[in-house]
Amino acid sequence: MSAELDEYARAAEDWFANNTPAPPDFMLPLTFMEVGTDQQFDFLRHWQRAVYEAGFLGAAWPSAYGGGGLSQAHQDIATAAMRRHHGPIMLNAIGLNWTGPLLLDIGTETHKKKYIKGILSAEDIWCQGFSEPDNGSDLGNAQLRAVRDGDTYVLNGSKIWTTHGHYAKYMILLARTNPDAPNKYAGLSFILTPMKVDGIETRKIRKLTGEHGFTQTFFNDARIPADGLMGAEGDGWKVAMQTLEYERNARGGQAGGYVLSDVDPLEVLQMARDTKRGGKPIIEDPAVRAQLVEFAIEIQALNMGAQRAKIPPLVQDRPHGIPLMSKLAYTEYVRRIHEFATQLQGPKAAYYVDEPNAIDNGKWPRGYMNAFSATIGGGTSQIQRNIIGDHVLGLPKSR
Amino acid sequence: MGTTPEQIDLLNVATSFCRDKSPIASVRTLLENELGYDPAVWQQIGDLGWLAIAIPEHYGGVGLGVGEIVPVMEQMGRTLFATPFLSTSMAAQAILKGGYEAQKQHLLPAIAAGQAVSMALGEHNNEWDLHAITASATRSKNGYILSGTKTLVLDLPSAAHVIVSVKRDGQSTLLVLPTADIAATAIRRERLIDETKRAYELKLDGIEVGEDAFFDPDKTADTLAHIHLVANLLGAAELCGGTQAVIDYTVEYLNTRKQFGKVIGSYQALKHPMVNAYIEYEKARSLLYAAANSFGEQGVGEIATRMAKAQADTALSFAADRSIQFHGGFGFTYDCDAQLYRRRAIFTASQYGDAAFHKAKLADLVLS
Ligand SMILES: Cc1cc2nc3c(=O)[nH]c(=O)nc-3n(C[C@H](O)[C@H](O)[C@H](O)COP(=O)(O)OP(=O)(O)OC[C@H]3O[C@@H](n4cnc5c(N)ncnc54)[C@H](O)[C@@H]3O)c2cc1C
Repeated sequence: MSAELDEYARAAEDWFANNTPAPPDFMLPLTFMEVGTDQQFDFLRHWQRAVYEAGFLGAAWPSAYGGGGLSQAHQDIATAAMRRHHGPIMLNAIGLNWTGPLLLDIGTETHKKKYIKGILSAEDIWCQGFSEPDNGSDLGNAQLRAVRDGDTYVLNGSKIWTTHGHYAKYMILLARTNPDAPNKYAGLSFILTPMKVDGIETRKIRKLTGEHGFTQTFFNDARIPADGLMGAEGDGWKVAMQTLEYERNARGGQAGGYVLSDVDPLEVLQMARDTKRGGKPIIEDPAVRAQLVEFAIEIQALNMGAQRAKIPPLVQDRPHGIPLMSKLAYTEYVRRIHEFATQLQGPKAAYYVDEPNAIDNGKWPRGYMNAFSATIGGGTSQIQRNIIGDHVLGLPKSR
Repeated sequence: MGTTPEQIDLLNVATSFCRDKSPIASVRTLLENELGYDPAVWQQIGDLGWLAIAIPEHYGGVGLGVGEIVPVMEQMGRTLFATPFLSTSMAAQAILKGGYEAQKQHLLPAIAAGQAVSMALGEHNNEWDLHAITASATRSKNGYILSGTKTLVLDLPSAAHVIVSVKRDGQSTLLVLPTADIAATAIRRERLIDETKRAYELKLDGIEVGEDAFFDPDKTADTLAHIHLVANLLGAAELCGGTQAVIDYTVEYLNTRKQFGKVIGSYQALKHPMVNAYIEYEKARSLLYAAANSFGEQGVGEIATRMAKAQADTALSFAADRSIQFHGGFGFTYDCDAQLYRRRAIFTASQYGDAAFHKAKLADLVLS
C-alpha cells in the first residue's frame, strides 16, 4: 500500500472510531428498503451527510461534481472502516448506487453538475419508478405513458413499490414513449423525473412488518422537463438494464459505503450459546451445530467468491458467473439465516420488536421478514435464476 | 485469497493436457483395463514434473507447496483422468513429513522423476480416523513381522513402494515397504463404485521388514494429520473439477434435447436446479482455491480444507444426481456419463471424510 493510501486508511479508521453513532433508542433499518419512520429517515440522512463531508463517501467520484477525486482503492478502504465500526447504512441508495454511476457513465455535463453532489450529501433523495401494478418481473412490459410535448413529457399511469417514494425529490423513471414500437422493449425510455410537480402523488403502502417503506406513485397529466431523458428516446430498456447491473452489484462505480447491513453470523452463534433447551445450551444440539456450520461454509464461500472473481484466470470459464449469482446467493443466505435465528429461539420466537421478553429486542424475526425485500426487490430470486440460466449457463429462455 | 503465478501456469497447462490425454472415450476404455490407466500417459505426467511440484528442490523437486498441486488435481477430476497421481502425491507428502533424512533422499527423487508410490492406511474397521489402526509390527529375529489387513490401497500394483500404517509397541507408526516384497497372493483387487479407480486389499501377514523401514515415530501424529488434510484438499479438487464437468455435460443436453416442441433447458423445473447446482459449484471452487492458498497455515488451513471438501462433496453429489435425472431414460443407462460422476462423488467423499464428517469436525473447530 502506498504511503498516501496508508494515511487515508488511518484517517478513515480514526474518523469512524470517533464518529460512528451509538445505536439510538429506536431500531435502525438494516436495509435502505426498511426506512419506515421520519425518525429513522432523519437519523440516516444526517449520518450519510456526515460520512460524505468527512470524505469517506464518493471518494472515487470526480471532484468536479462533488466527489473526492481519489481512487476506488480509497473508497474501498473507507467502506471497510465503516464496516469495522458497524456504521449505519447509507440512506440514499438509489442515488448512490445506481443513479450516480449511471449519470457519471452516460449522463450529460448538466446532469452531473446538477445531481451528483445532492446524491452524495443526501440532500436530494432518489427513487426508482420501474415496477408497475401489472408489470413487475416482466419489466419490459411497463406501460406508464410519456408523451412528448415540446420541451416536456406528459406522464400518465402508475408505479408501485417505490422505495423512498414520499421522501424523494427525483425519480429514475421507465416510461413508454412509443406504444407502437416493433417490440415492447423498443418503446421504452428512461427519464430523470422531478417528484414535486403537479400531477405526481405518492400513497404510502404498509409493509409486511406493519411499517411504511414504499409507495404507490400516481401520475396524472404530470408535466416534466424533457431534458431528463437518458440516452435517446427508445433506449430505455438498455439504460434500465445498465441500472439493474449496478443495483445487483454486477457492475462497479457505486459511491461506496453499504446500503444493506451485514448479518453477523457470530451473533447467531452467541444466541445459540445463550439460549437453552432441555437445560442445555442449544449449541450442543448436533442438528443446530450442523446448520451453523453450513452457514459458516456458505458465507465463507461467498466471501471467497468475491475475491476469486477479481482473479481472471480463476474465473475464465464463466467470467460473469460470480457477479451474476452474488445477489441471489447473498440475499437468500440472509433470509435463511434470519429464519434460522428466529427458529432457534424456541417459545421466545413468539415475541416481536419492543417486547421486553424478546431476544435481541426481536430483531431476528423482523430481519427475517425484511429479508424478503432483497429476495423480491431488484428482481426476484426466481428471475435471477432465469438470468443465470440464460446468460451464464447459456440455456434457452423460459418465456 | 490470492493465487501464485505457478498455480495459474499449472492450471493452464493441466487444462489442455488433461483434455487432450483423457477424452471421455479413453476414460471409458480404461474402465475395462486391469491397470486402470495408460502407462505411457503416466510417463508423460512424470516428464511434466507434476509429481515433483510439492517436493523440495534438494530432493529433486520443484519446491512449491501442496496448494500448487490443486489445479492439476482439479483438471484431472474434471476429465475423470485415471492415474496414480493422487496416491503418489499423498505418499510424497507422507515421506516428506514423517520420514528420516535417508528415506527422503532414497524415495523422493524417484517420485519426483515419476515413480508411483501408494498409501495403505485404511482397514476393515471402516474408520476415517487414521489412528484407528489394528495392523501391527511385532519384533522378530531379523526385524519386524507384520500382520493385519489394509484396505482401499490405491494403485498398489503400479507402485514401487507402499507406505503402511501399523501399531508397533502400541504406537501408531508408518513404514515403507517395497512392493517387490509383497506376494501376489497378498493382494486382491477390490470392486469399487468408481470404476475409474483401482484399489486393493493388502494382507500384511508374514511380511518382514527391517528397522530401517520405519518412519520417525515422533512424527507419526503430525504426519497422519498432514496426510488427512492433503487427501481432503486433493479430494476437494478432484470433486470440484468433476462438478464443473458434469454441469457442462448436463447443460449441453438441456440445450439440445427437445420435448413438447421446446428445448428442455427452457423448462424452469430443470433450469433452476441447474442454476442451483452451478452456484454450489462456484462456491466449492472459491473454497477450494482459498484452501489451496492457506494450506499449511496453522489452524486456518485445516478449517479451509474441511470446508472445501465438505462443499465439493455437496456440489458434485447434487450436480451428478440431478444430471442422471435430467437425462431421463438415457440418464439410467451405462452409456450416459452422469453415472461416472455420481460414482466419483460417492467414492471420493468416502475417502478421508464426507461432507457430514467434515461438518462435524468444523463444528468443533469453529463453534467452540
Ligand atoms: C421491499 C421492496 C422494495 C422495492 N422497491 C422498488 C423500487 O424502489 N422501485 C421499483 O420499481 N420496484 C421496487 N420493488 C419492486 C420489485 O422490483 C418487484 O416486486 C419485483 O420485480 C417483482 O415484481 P412483482 O412484485 O410484480 O411480482 P411478479 O412479477 O408478479 O412475481 C410474482 C411471483 O412470480 C414469480 N415469477 C414471475 N415471473 C416469473 C418467471 N418468468 N419465471 C419464474 N418465476 C416468475 C416471481 O419470482 C414471484 O415469486 C420493490 C419490491 C420490494 C419487495
